[in-house]
Amino acid sequence: MKHLFYGLIPVCRKEFLHIVRDSGTLVFALLLPMLQLFLFGFAVDTNVRQIPTVVFDESHTQESRQLLQSFANSDVFQLNSAAVSKEQMYEAMRSGKAGVGIRVPYDYARLLQDGTTATVLVLVDGSDSTVAGQAVSTSTGVTLKESLARVLPGGRIPIEVRPSVLYNPATRSANFFVPGLVAILLQVMTILLIALSLVRERERGTLEQLTMTPVAPLGLMVGKMIPYGVLAFFELCAILFVMRVVFLVPIRGSVIELLAMSLPFLLTVLGLGLVISTKARTQAEAFQLSMGTILPSVFLSGYIFLIENMPPIFQAIAHVIPATYYIRILRGIILRGAGLRELWLNAAVLTLMGCGAILLAARQFVRQRMT
Amino acid sequence: MTAVIAADRLTIRFGSFTAVNDVSFAIAKGEVFGFLGPNGSGKTTIIKALCGLLVPTQGTGRILGMDIRKDAAEIKRHVGYMSQKFGLYEDLTVAENIEFYAGVYGIRGSAAEQRKQEVLALTGIEHYLKRRASQLSGGWKQRLALACAIIHSPEVVFLDEPTAGIDPVARRALWDLIFRLSAQGVTFFVTTHYMDEAERCGRVGYIYLSKLVALGTVAELQRLPEANPAGTLRIQIETSNPSTMLDPVRRIPGVREATIFGRAIHALVDETHVASLRSELPGAQVRSIQPSLEDVFVTLTYRIMEAQR
Repeated sequence: MKHLFYGLIPVCRKEFLHIVRDSGTLVFALLLPMLQLFLFGFAVDTNVRQIPTVVFDESHTQESRQLLQSFANSDVFQLNSAAVSKEQMYEAMRSGKAGVGIRVPYDYARLLQDGTTATVLVLVDGSDSTVAGQAVSTSTGVTLKESLARVLPGGRIPIEVRPSVLYNPATRSANFFVPGLVAILLQVMTILLIALSLVRERERGTLEQLTMTPVAPLGLMVGKMIPYGVLAFFELCAILFVMRVVFLVPIRGSVIELLAMSLPFLLTVLGLGLVISTKARTQAEAFQLSMGTILPSVFLSGYIFLIENMPPIFQAIAHVIPATYYIRILRGIILRGAGLRELWLNAAVLTLMGCGAILLAARQFVRQRMT
Repeated sequence: MTAVIAADRLTIRFGSFTAVNDVSFAIAKGEVFGFLGPNGSGKTTIIKALCGLLVPTQGTGRILGMDIRKDAAEIKRHVGYMSQKFGLYEDLTVAENIEFYAGVYGIRGSAAEQRKQEVLALTGIEHYLKRRASQLSGGWKQRLALACAIIHSPEVVFLDEPTAGIDPVARRALWDLIFRLSAQGVTFFVTTHYMDEAERCGRVGYIYLSKLVALGTVAELQRLPEANPAGTLRIQIETSNPSTMLDPVRRIPGVREATIFGRAIHALVDETHVASLRSELPGAQVRSIQPSLEDVFVTLTYRIMEAQR
């Protein structure tokens, strides 16, 4: 064992010195993710409220006004402009002034009284799918409720749905997005720092010197992982603190379990950084490769889009992305109050991935030394 | 003589490229061995193989009797290595660099402290202990690099172009250090492009196109028949203006090589043409000389190039 990790302690100590000496790295490591957290945390809000809506009411009756009032009451639509012609309504939509257009036909009230079906046109701007989805479902709901109230004597609705959103009762976007963001920020910072650290040694020739010493590949790799792991762990604590205090995201589960189950993820991203560093010849290359890991981690990890809705091939890819498992852990513990008992499999997968990455990096390292 | 460093028909191939082709030599304890050759001729590859980093395709090598194929890990503990890149951590201080290398060689506690003081005294760098490596001049960086390379008291030290880009005073200081250590029994394997450095070495090897083409003491190499082809004479032509005379001399029949050395032209001339050469250069002093080490290597290189055509 001692032989396998030979040189670990001196490498580890030296790497701590590098971190302390290089204030630029420290600032980059600690402040930049924080800044991004504030940026994304405040900017991202997927709850749809008050969509500007243009109304073309040809009916001008009490019935039409009642219907429009129901739309207004839903909080999703903001009926802030009226059109006097079909063209004017379309123009408002096209120019982007209105996201939704409602047209009530001139015979709306008459058709209702005759007992036949009145048609209300609801136009939705599809250029933002979240807004469009919300507008379609709300407008359907509003009109369905109106219809039922008309059909049923006394206006009593037989079934009423009372949706209760568990774990995120206010459906706050921050609760959903910030825990996932923790994974992304931690990953970017950690991969980049460790990859740059090893490639820097290659560029400056110190790696060549080290290969001439008895330092074992695993001693070098793990010796580098420990200081950057400690740094990343501090960063994790800071991010969680800001999440809790600034974004008011409650942590329902155990903080200890959360921190403990973060370690396998740190192991994996550190290992990934090492693999990247064996592929990159220059720091610029290492930077590009590290940045390349961001997009899949954002879009395929379930951070933004549901994995279950993806085509099978992308689902398969999602399951080899470390962030997928860590985001499950984060959301599970922070939002649902889950713990090791429910989430251990994710942590186990991450641990396996991490060890695999380290071994791969060590093997690559030994091979490259040969040329 | 038991060889401290030995290569026996060492051949190293990378794919179809042969980096080292059938190279053999033996270096004795305390010897300072100079290794010369153009860039890319295989010098560094041989060093890497001898340090156990590369497994040779054919042949064997031994360091202190240990097989480079089997005892790579043990060899590293007895071998020091310094390259022209120095391998220093620029953001660490002199003391931290030395302590780090002591650590990776497994030297701890009082032994590490004692050894540190020894290399500091040897290299004279003790006054810069707290200074960052980045703030040292090239010469001091080189001494620090050497201090790090010998922290584990290696019996064998490989120096890969240790004086590239270093001023003459620092170069001499390094060579003084090399000889002081070699007197203590440390064996040196030094690659260089500088002929004056090669001439300081006890023995010299010259590698060209992956093959060892010359091996011996400087005097032996100067007497090599290949460097002194039969029927030719190496002469020095002293003239008031060697640079303008070089091209005319090269055009004189029977002149095989000509180059400028300071205020004179050195030329390799067919014996039969020496008399006519004298008559062509009435004002010049012409006398026969020994070839310099550079003459030897240039002649050898030309011979190989011609043989390949």
